[in-house]
Amino acid sequence: MTFSQFLSTEPVRFDGGLGTLLQARGLPPGEAPERWCLTRPDVLTDIHRQYFDAGSNVATTDTFGANRLHFSAEELKEIIPAAVRCARLAAEQSEAPQEKFVALDVGPSGRMLRPLGDLDFEDAVRLFAETVRLGAQAGADLILIETMNDSYETKAALLAAKENCSLPVIVSNAYGADGKLMTGATPQAMTALLEGMGADAIGANCSLGPEQLRGVVTALLESTALPVLFQPNAGLPRVVDGKTCYDVGEAEFAASVASLVKQGVRLFGGCCGTTPAYIAALTAATRDLRPQPTPPPKRTVVSSYTHAVCLSDDPVLIGERINPTGKKRFQQALRAGDTDYILSEGLRQQARGVHLLDVNVGLPDVDEVKLLADTVCELQAVCDLPLQIDTADPVAMEAALRRYNGKAMLNSVNGKRESMEAVFPLARKYGGVIVALTLDETGIPPTAEGRAAVARKIIETAASYGIGKENLVFDTLAMTVSAEPNAARVTLEALRRIRTELGCHTSLGISNVSFGLPRRDAVNSTFFALALANGLSAAIINPDSAEMRKTYFAYRALRGRDENCAAYIAAAAEEPAEVAKPAEKTAQAAGQILPSASELQTAILQGRRERARELADALLSAGTAPLALIDRDVIPALNTVGEGFEKKTVYLPQLLMSAEAAKSAFEAVKASLAGQAQPAGKGPFVLATVQGDIHDIGKNIVRLLLENYGFRVVDLGKDVPPERVVETVVELHAPLAGLSALMTTTVPAMEATIRLLRERAPWCRTVVGGAVLTQEYADQIGADCYSKDAMETVRYAEAVLQTR
Amino acid sequence: MSAVTQTRAFPSPPVNRREILRYAGCAAPDARLDALLDDCLREVQGAPLQYGVCFCRLPLRLSGETCDFGAFSCRSAQLAACLRDCDGVVVFAATVGVGIDRLIAKYSRLSPARAVLLQAVGAERIEALCDRFCETLPAETQRRTRPRFSPGYGDLPLTVQRDIMQTLDCARRIGLTLNESLLLSPTKSVTAFVGLECAGQAR
Repeated sequence: MTFSQFLSTEPVRFDGGLGTLLQARGLPPGEAPERWCLTRPDVLTDIHRQYFDAGSNVATTDTFGANRLHFSAEELKEIIPAAVRCARLAAEQSEAPQEKFVALDVGPSGRMLRPLGDLDFEDAVRLFAETVRLGAQAGADLILIETMNDSYETKAALLAAKENCSLPVIVSNAYGADGKLMTGATPQAMTALLEGMGADAIGANCSLGPEQLRGVVTALLESTALPVLFQPNAGLPRVVDGKTCYDVGEAEFAASVASLVKQGVRLFGGCCGTTPAYIAALTAATRDLRPQPTPPPKRTVVSSYTHAVCLSDDPVLIGERINPTGKKRFQQALRAGDTDYILSEGLRQQARGVHLLDVNVGLPDVDEVKLLADTVCELQAVCDLPLQIDTADPVAMEAALRRYNGKAMLNSVNGKRESMEAVFPLARKYGGVIVALTLDETGIPPTAEGRAAVARKIIETAASYGIGKENLVFDTLAMTVSAEPNAARVTLEALRRIRTELGCHTSLGISNVSFGLPRRDAVNSTFFALALANGLSAAIINPDSAEMRKTYFAYRALRGRDENCAAYIAAAAEEPAEVAKPAEKTAQAAGQILPSASELQTAILQGRRERARELADALLSAGTAPLALIDRDVIPALNTVGEGFEKKTVYLPQLLMSAEAAKSAFEAVKASLAGQAQPAGKGPFVLATVQGDIHDIGKNIVRLLLENYGFRVVDLGKDVPPERVVETVVELHAPLAGLSALMTTTVPAMEATIRLLRERAPWCRTVVGGAVLTQEYADQIGADCYSKDAMETVRYAEAVLQTR
Repeated sequence: MSAVTQTRAFPSPPVNRREILRYAGCAAPDARLDALLDDCLREVQGAPLQYGVCFCRLPLRLSGETCDFGAFSCRSAQLAACLRDCDGVVVFAATVGVGIDRLIAKYSRLSPARAVLLQAVGAERIEALCDRFCETLPAETQRRTRPRFSPGYGDLPLTVQRDIMQTLDCARRIGLTLNESLLLSPTKSVTAFVGLECAGQAR
């Protein structure tokens, strides 16, 4: 019998702890237990046999840390087969009658993934892949990925298992006392991610005792259609007479786990502190229990690295602003690699209350494959909303999905064969809820029935890829009502039919409907209300529109989805009072309300970011020339703060607040110039934190100030190899390069970068800074200038350019 | 306390604003700095920190600059001086978790002023946690204790981090890992040795 067959009908008993048993047999603390597979195979076989004798169906190999970060390739090739052999031999030696299997154990890598740590996602996939391949070759029956406390690393391990063997894969996470993973994911978020990627069972192990994890296990049972595994510790550890003891005994442990087996747990055993005696007690306590048939909750769920968002009758808002279509400022940011602008668009929408962010970076003249994946990574480093990956290019979609830390929404597929053949395999592999447009080779059907028919075809085709209709969300295409009088009616009718007759969730991009009409907000928000009434599950909207937000909150209150109208009232309190727009007022009486120049200077001096932006906008729309605004207001204010900083009357955070206010004034200038030729900028100044170093606050401060002073800064980020710095300097013929290092260990990388610059870009001046640097150090490594802070860097850069 | 590794969670120590401002290099804050710090602290409370420590007691044998802890040893004249007249150490690893790193990463892109203050908040938090933990040691070990001494201080090499990580099993116990450059992730974390003076040692 294969493990999959066994799992489909039977409860599966796992084994218990290994580490403490090995220590009891003489493993010294600090020594790698995996080596005992080679040096003491008899001990491992004996422990595995004891577990089989106690009733386990599955022995977990002694390979928790068997990966390339801890062992050489040669050692792994010996350890992993030896570990599988020990377990296999024990299965043969044990006379217990039950079915017996060997699980290849895969624990965490021991390193944290980027951006929190320095291990790249693909490197993590590679190192798990090596372990999985060796285990599968050695004849393991299944893969057990366990004790993972980070969702991203869990994804890397599961992807590696799926790509490198055809064995069943069980994934178990270590949840903390707060019911979440260390990096923040809830059980529901993990269910979405792991189910989407095709795990065969999911669960919780380690960290706590059975009672403390009851809530986590219940949440897993309620959220997944997969079998659930549970392997808790024997309670919490205590030290008694110099030995670690656990505070939950065999009988209590068995009763506690058994009560969760009654609730539906299908695979069970123990983790730290449990022994064959615990497993024997658990076997006895569960002898007569049959697995509960798990009711399959077919929910439509997407997730981020912290939480899941479920589509339901309570509508979900998707922010549409990360999209270059028709937005000159956004296009300019994409072309210039100005990621910070894109990130701030995302965070602003989050503050406006959207539940998901649509991410579209498609422009004809950018490398969308790289840009989309990079943008997804950058966004998920700063924003915990689930993302909707929006691209027409399947290659870009795959690159972004692979790196996405959760279960994404995919935008989109349609009824054309070519589209479905490209998108469904990606959703099958990486998971995802797919937005399906109701159009096909024949175009957009003019009737509701025609669109519902396309939806049916898409559901059937998805099913042939193993994708259920709960992972499809239909967009019945809002067309422009000014061009086709029946456009909105057909869209709404198709929406209603798909929602009620086909039982699928729906989504609409709202704004299209009003193209070409005045007061588009009124049309959009009314259409939005109608769509909601017809069963709209998710709306792609501009959350900056007060009308749309009003409609959303009013709808929820009217449909009884907002207890005491609390959310409606709270939202109303946050809306700014409705006054005429400053621009209109300015047009009326520019002379009177024009803020004086010194007011903008004051806002910058006081570090008031929003105020500086308002004032700059007002000045610009009243006709102040953009460059005059910078020279007359921004630079003098910055100079005042900069001098204060140098005299130590202004502290760094205050300098930065002013710099941020100045930047927001620049942002107003950029917006007013979007689409036109931008001022060239001085420089360019190439900036990087050197290879091996991941600290970038100091570097970012330097960039901010340089930009304030009108430099064009090419920021290569952190952990940048010397070659990359030099290539960029050569390509741009940059006169200046700034390098930052925080640690003594990375100064050699800085030195190597300077050496290479001297060789290949002798015209370029180098300025270095960072916590460990001193003038002497800078001289030693051949830098042209040592800068103790960001202001000094600005002064030096200005001086260099003046002498040219 | 014994050679067995233990894990302990701590409640959030009280916040010391002056310390935070000191870490941020602001001797005399003005109203807008105070307001920004209030904002940062509110946000830190919204992304709860996790105060975790794992530790164990190890024997100590000093010979010259070599400090031998049984499970591992290292060479450092300064650590050896700090541990003179001790016959044991408590080695510990402490972290306040990834939440503050996420906030710092976010604001280092969006508002360096906030990022600088959040760095300072993180530094104050982890030091406060270490202080809390070290305060418990004299009672727990029944010994006088020495000030904590961390890898990277003076001549104590960072490479000793590897031994500490392995001995304490930090990744599994408190989610603390080491990166390729021997730095700790999460970044607001500390590892250190605390010397235990020989019983009856006069001060």
